[in-house]
Amino acid sequence: MSERIREKLSILADAAKYDVSCSSSGSTRKNDNKGLGNGHNSGICHTYTEDGRCVSLLKILLTNHCIFDCAYCVSRKSNDITRAAFTVDEVVELTMNFYRRNFIEGLFLSSGIFKNADFTMERLLRVVKKLRLEERYNGYIHLKTIPGASEDLIREAGLYADRMSINLEMPTESGLKLLAPEKTHKEVIDPLKLVQNQIVQFKDEKKLIKNVPTFVPAGQSTQMVIGATPETDKEIMQTADAFYKNFSLRRVYYSGYIPISNDSRLPILGSQPPLVRENRLYQTDWLMRFYGFNVNELLNDANPHLDIDIDPKLSWALRNLQFFPIDINVASYKMILRVPGIGVGSAKKIVQARKFGRLRIDQLQKIGIAYNRAKYFIRCSDSPMQLREYQNTQIKSFILAESQSKYLKNDIQQLILF
Amino acid sequence: MTTFIFDGSMEGLFCAVFEWFERKPGPIKLLTIKQHQPTAFDVLFEVFNNSAKAHRVWKGLSEKLEKGWTRRIYCAYLSEQPDTFQHLFDMICYLFQNPKGAEANYGNEAVLHVAQMARKVEREKHRMEAFIRFQHTADGIFYCGIDPDFNVLPLLLTHFKNRYADQQWIIYDIKRHYGLFYDLHKVEEIQMEFKNITNRTQPAIQSLSEKENLYACLWKDYFKSTNIPARKNMKLHIQHVPKRYWKYLTEKQLDH
Repeated sequence: MSERIREKLSILADAAKYDVSCSSSGSTRKNDNKGLGNGHNSGICHTYTEDGRCVSLLKILLTNHCIFDCAYCVSRKSNDITRAAFTVDEVVELTMNFYRRNFIEGLFLSSGIFKNADFTMERLLRVVKKLRLEERYNGYIHLKTIPGASEDLIREAGLYADRMSINLEMPTESGLKLLAPEKTHKEVIDPLKLVQNQIVQFKDEKKLIKNVPTFVPAGQSTQMVIGATPETDKEIMQTADAFYKNFSLRRVYYSGYIPISNDSRLPILGSQPPLVRENRLYQTDWLMRFYGFNVNELLNDANPHLDIDIDPKLSWALRNLQFFPIDINVASYKMILRVPGIGVGSAKKIVQARKFGRLRIDQLQKIGIAYNRAKYFIRCSDSPMQLREYQNTQIKSFILAESQSKYLKNDIQQLILF
Repeated sequence: MTTFIFDGSMEGLFCAVFEWFERKPGPIKLLTIKQHQPTAFDVLFEVFNNSAKAHRVWKGLSEKLEKGWTRRIYCAYLSEQPDTFQHLFDMICYLFQNPKGAEANYGNEAVLHVAQMARKVEREKHRMEAFIRFQHTADGIFYCGIDPDFNVLPLLLTHFKNRYADQQWIIYDIKRHYGLFYDLHKVEEIQMEFKNITNRTQPAIQSLSEKENLYACLWKDYFKSTNIPARKNMKLHIQHVPKRYWKYLTEKQLDH
């Protein structure tokens, strides 16, 4: 018995790991029935794997049997791998026992499509209903919406899940056509829209009636595979931006493609996953969501790709030196946020602290800004007098010379003559 | 410079503030009894605890500060760091000497130190919420022993009480010799005596429940399967899970 369940867990956790969504935040579910589990608003990462990704949810597939044959997926029909399937009870028992020991923050349940979409969605629904209704479980549940499942099933699932997600897979429709001819973006957009409308509707009702049940309180997310097809960073981020705006998504995840197949349409086996590019995309994503940048400022026709050697904020600042240097003691919060080397926390502290007197370099350093990076873009009360203005290439080389980025280890620095 | 000596409690700290305002001795050095080494030329002042005085200081603070800041002061106190006591003292005096809103002055050394120390304590608390691993013992109690850098047990109480409302659990601070016990109704502070036990973070194997080994095994399997070897990044891994916490983690224990 225990050997069989160990084998299943290994197979189905292995198959689910390429879904990078891991967050467990945003749940407001309270333990008001003296059951097990209580939402933690910011989420908790209970451990980290050796690749540095957080583990907060028990991330498994219900089964890796699948009727589709998408080239980028390990569970594709034509792939020769061991197949397995959990029963509803097995998933429930694993979740409860892991949760009781504080191993996990909740369950992330996805599945390959067996028979058809409705049959699969109905099984997923049975798991979450059993957890919520029979086991009185109030921990986090992230549930995959199965594309093509009926509206009623999706609507019912939303009453029990904290977050629902459905993957865009490829950033553009043409990319998807190439690798998964059976899928379209429309199949993803329709359920996203349905759940989004329901969330809004439940929120409106909540204003009028007190006892409305929660509906997907932690919102929706999606994921795109990066580097499997030849999209530019501009196309990727514009798609992400449109989805953030149109469907109020909480997160878009970017998953660097890890070669898993010999298919000639894809990067060859053994090639490195595009980790730096993935990192730069996430940085851009953060700049859009928390730093007030518009996607077109960071990526446009003149700059369709993000720089690999420097981060997108520094890259924007170097292209727009006409805005700098700014005086820390008078500049608006919005402009301070745009200085490379100053984050949201430090910017807030600066705006509060400067009411009590003009800030000096040592105070800025103590507050926690990366001064060696920011110094080219700011002036404060004791900034040294500077006689000449630097060119953006010079500033870039100064900063690169000081930085210890792990990405630059093997990079050959080009000589700068002037 | 006068040296104030207090007993290291929160009440003592507030009384020190009270006494300072009554005497106005100028800048002082604040030390706990434990740290204090008698010297020849220091002027000493011993602070006696008085709950009425401490209460007045706390009330004054609560009126001046919003809730977030009173919590920060409490968190910074729980750090138990000698220099933090001094900074707390300086900050509280600074707050009382200035109009409302002075806590936003991050240019002030004491204010910034308290804010940053409170953040460290909150981080330790959050790490404990993440890294505590209960083990189910044969008598039905979920047990975990910890030795956090700061005294974060009081901060953990509500989180675990709300989350594990239907199981009995004990979280025991091995370094500070006290723990929390939840008996399905309320949380109590307990003290245990360990006899001839070397590893206190985990119960002995023979006192574990029957299925404990299976779930530990399954969790280790899961931890291995969910890793993507092509993306290996040990530097980031250790940054997120510093080695000093590995002793708690089931997934980091060797197989028996």
